[in-house]
Amino acid sequence: MSSSRFADRPALLGVLLFVTSETAFFALLIVTYVHFFGQSSTAAMARAHLDPFRTGIFSLFLFSSSFAVWRAERTGRANRIGRRRFWLAATIALGIVFLAGQVLEYAGILRSGLGLGSNLFTSTFFTLTGFHAAHVLVGLVMLSILLGLDLANATNARSGAQQSVSIYWHFVDGVWVVIFAIVYVLTFRGIIG
Amino acid sequence: MLDWASTVDHKKIGILYMLTALVFFVIGGLEALAMRIQLSRPNNTFLGPETYNQLFTMHGTTMIFLVGMPLLIGLAIYLVPLMIGARDMAFPRLNAFGYWLIPFGGLLIYFSFFATGASTAGWFSYPPLSLRNYTLGNGPFGNVGGVDYWSIGLLIVGVGSVASAINLIATILLLRAPGMGFGRMPLFCWLIFVTAALILIAIPALNAALVMLFFDRRFGTAFFDPTGGGSPLLWQNFFWIFGHPEVYILILPAFAIISEVIPVFARKPIYGYEFVAGSGVSIGLFGLFVWAHHMFAAGLSQGVTIWFGAASMLIAVPTGVKIFNWIGTLWGGSLRFRTPLLFALAFILQFTVGGLSGIVFATIALDWQLTDTYFVVAHLHYVLFGGTVFAVFAGTYYWFPKFTGRMLSERLGRWHLWLAVIGLNATFFVQHMLGVMGMPRRVYTYGDFPGWALANGISTVGAVILGSSIVVFLWNMYVSLRHGDIAGDNPWDAWTLEWATTSPPQPENFDTVPPVLGRRPLYELTAQRESANRRQSVGRGQEIVL
Ligand SMILES: [Cu+2]
Repeated sequence: MSSSRFADRPALLGVLLFVTSETAFFALLIVTYVHFFGQSSTAAMARAHLDPFRTGIFSLFLFSSSFAVWRAERTGRANRIGRRRFWLAATIALGIVFLAGQVLEYAGILRSGLGLGSNLFTSTFFTLTGFHAAHVLVGLVMLSILLGLDLANATNARSGAQQSVSIYWHFVDGVWVVIFAIVYVLTFRGIIG
Repeated sequence: MLDWASTVDHKKIGILYMLTALVFFVIGGLEALAMRIQLSRPNNTFLGPETYNQLFTMHGTTMIFLVGMPLLIGLAIYLVPLMIGARDMAFPRLNAFGYWLIPFGGLLIYFSFFATGASTAGWFSYPPLSLRNYTLGNGPFGNVGGVDYWSIGLLIVGVGSVASAINLIATILLLRAPGMGFGRMPLFCWLIFVTAALILIAIPALNAALVMLFFDRRFGTAFFDPTGGGSPLLWQNFFWIFGHPEVYILILPAFAIISEVIPVFARKPIYGYEFVAGSGVSIGLFGLFVWAHHMFAAGLSQGVTIWFGAASMLIAVPTGVKIFNWIGTLWGGSLRFRTPLLFALAFILQFTVGGLSGIVFATIALDWQLTDTYFVVAHLHYVLFGGTVFAVFAGTYYWFPKFTGRMLSERLGRWHLWLAVIGLNATFFVQHMLGVMGMPRRVYTYGDFPGWALANGISTVGAVILGSSIVVFLWNMYVSLRHGDIAGDNPWDAWTLEWATTSPPQPENFDTVPPVLGRRPLYELTAQRESANRRQSVGRGQEIVL
């Protein structure tokens, strides 16, 4: 890593380090999910309560939001403010749709009378995906601040902030790729494949 | 007052860290003294079992999280920008944020004493003891237990530590003065860099485990609760995935201090600079893969046990390399036996004792015999007191003049040193024997078995001597702050950049950062000036002759 790349944008390096640290945090939550998967009746519970097709479709919204935030960054750098606003708003909208999907998934489980502490499946599932959703929410707040500053025409030399938020958003997205692969694809691989 | 509360100056924040740690150090020390008084004779009734359990939990928690880490992080935050010729940290406001989480997290943990009684689950808080069934308070705040305060308090402290680690890494990567490549960076900064990287990776593991423990206690999950299908062993793994790197988080900065002090007082460059830096990096990497040596008695499979035992033995190699580097530096040097060097020498001796008893634990059969006995207590205190704390003493005598503009008293320094050395060995050496005799740790009292009363009596006397050494130390700082000799910019003729500015350094540290021509910038600068002068005077001489 050449440190000169960050010399005039230390915040970028800061976010990369923060994201590294968060990776370790999520790694342990994922290990916990995997550790208990297949014990008692967690696998059967997962199959009974998760909806891989619906969540898969909602996941596509989150994945495409990574593209949107990348466009926002590029158009911002090219000083095309109108385009940038569009892509920022698109990122936020896609993120909200993804969260709505999570709400649906949660509501289904809660409706069947289960909560965080009901059993090992709900504990590991809600803890892992809940912390991820919280990270998405924090990302949405930061994106909204960026957009707000933009609309107030206060975005001069904000590309450092834009890049930092982008890195964080890609990270949140990347974590979901892993979570989706483990929680959904693993659970249903027999049924789907 | 207000300018201290709102400051973003790394020097003030560094001082705040160190003062906070000092306050908690005194509290944690008093807790230890109370325990030693209880154990001074068999069947003593000075403390009850419940209080005793709270005290050993809080002593460990305090010394690790509220003394060791903030003290070393604070020292690094004060020194790193000065050593690399920067004006401040990379993120000054994040710096203040990271600091303020520490005292508030600490206060929350200590509040449990009054709210419900502190945690009684020990500093590593093993389930099922740390779960609701065993540790639930009944204070004015309902059925909240000490472990609840403990886990949330540590989470807050942990977030602060990660913030400071991000800041230290970014500072070292981005703000080095022109000419200071990685090959010229002071070893202090090298080892702090490794420490910060470990904090960045290891603390989130603890945070994740704390969250799950808290969920188990408050929201009815059962991650670590066997009655709900959970696994106490999972907590042990998670805790030590953090906990072993934590040992290096506490000892690498000690190595960092010693690697600065010894060359200056031996008047030689460090012997094997590359090896000190390289072995620091390899200790950091190895340190991530040896955690299960804390769990040999937990019933892991034989293959796993052998792997972790062997890996733990291997880590002794880079540590040994460092000790040879320091001895090589001392060898043939013109030693100045001032208090910083004396404490550095005491560090090498005492840390080696702790290192050797550590190898005993990496030997699995011996571990099974000695685990959870006083042998462990002896080992970890030689490492953390004889190691980390002695190094911090060396560093304090070395840098106090820079922090305050005044020298500490050498005379009081000698008293401090000898009381500390005698106190440490009296307290903890006999504990090796107690451990071999089978005295378990964490018991509030013991029967009158042959030899136990004598050894425990010696240990308690030692603890009082060790405590008195701290009184001398505090007195030394208090008196010297008022009446100590004026230090000047560079009282030790040292070579790193922090000595190129005033004592204490002005805001923003430097008028102009001196050019960095090598690993010892101030030495090379003087050498360059002298040779320039010589060339000039030789030139002039020739003129006259001609
Ligand atoms: Cu260890």
